Amino acid sequence: MSGESVGFWILSLISVFSAIMMIVTKNPVRSALNLVITFLCVAVFYILMSAQFLAAVQVIVYAGAIMVLFLFVIMLLNLGSPEALIEKGTIQKPIAVGLGIFFVVLLIWSQALITLPQAESRAEVTQFQGTVEAIGLSLFNPKLPWLFPFEITSILLLVAVIGAIVMAKRKV
Amino acid sequence: MFSDVGTQHYLILSAVLFSIGVMGVLIKRNPIVIFMCVELMLNAVNVTFVALGRHFGQINGQMYVIFALAVAAAEVSVGLGIIVAIFRSRETIDINEVNLMKF
Repeated sequence: MSGESVGFWILSLISVFSAIMMIVTKNPVRSALNLVITFLCVAVFYILMSAQFLAAVQVIVYAGAIMVLFLFVIMLLNLGSPEALIEKGTIQKPIAVGLGIFFVVLLIWSQALITLPQAESRAEVTQFQGTVEAIGLSLFNPKLPWLFPFEITSILLLVAVIGAIVMAKRKV
Repeated sequence: MFSDVGTQHYLILSAVLFSIGVMGVLIKRNPIVIFMCVELMLNAVNVTFVALGRHFGQINGQMYVIFALAVAAAEVSVGLGIIVAIFRSRETIDINEVNLMKF
C-alpha cells in the first residue's frame, strides 16, 4: 500500500462521515464545522492528486472565507434555539434518503459501466501540473482560452459585491 | 481494491459526496444548511474535475476548478444576502413558510 492509498482511504472515510454528520445534526453551527472538516479533506485530496495550488486555494477560500461568511450569517440572524427549525417527522425525510441512496447507486453503477480510456501520461508529467507556475502559465497564456474568462470573473465578482450590498442594506 | 488508488476511486468518492449533498438539500429546512449542502456538491464536482484532469494529463480540469471557485464565492455572498433580506422582512427563514414563489 502506497502512501497515497493510505491517505485516500483514511481521509475519504473522514470526509464522508463528516458530510453525513453535517446533514444529520440539527445545530447549524455544528453543520458548518463538519463542512469545514470535509473541505479540509478535499484540500488534502487535491494534494494527493498533485494539485497543490488548488489545495491552498481550497483552504483559503472555502475553509476560510466562505465558512466564515456562513458562521457570520448564522450569528447575525441569531435564530435562537435550534428547536425553532427542527424538522418534524414528515414523509419527506425517508423519501429523500431513499432517493439519495438510489442516486448514489445509480452514479456508481454508471461508473462501473464505462471504462476510462487510459491516458498516455501519468505521474511523471502531472507531478508539476498543479504548481503556481504551471497554473499561471496556462491562465495568462493568450493562446489558451482561459484569459478572457479570467477577465470576465472580475466583472462577476464586482456584480456579486454590489448585489450583496444592495440585498443586505436597510431601506434608506 | 485497497491496494491502488486510481481515478475511479476519486470519482466514486465524489459521487458519494454529491449524493450526500443532494440528500441534505432535500431533507433540511434551514436555508443556510441547504446552502452548505450546495457547497458540498460543488466541491464534489471539483474533485471530479481534478481527478479526470490528472487522469488525462491535462491542466484544463484545474482551470475549471478555479473558475467554479470564483463563481461559488460570488454565489454564496449574494445568496446569504438574500437570506438576510428575507429574514429582515419576514422574521423567519423556514423554507416551508417562505413559499411565495411556489406554484
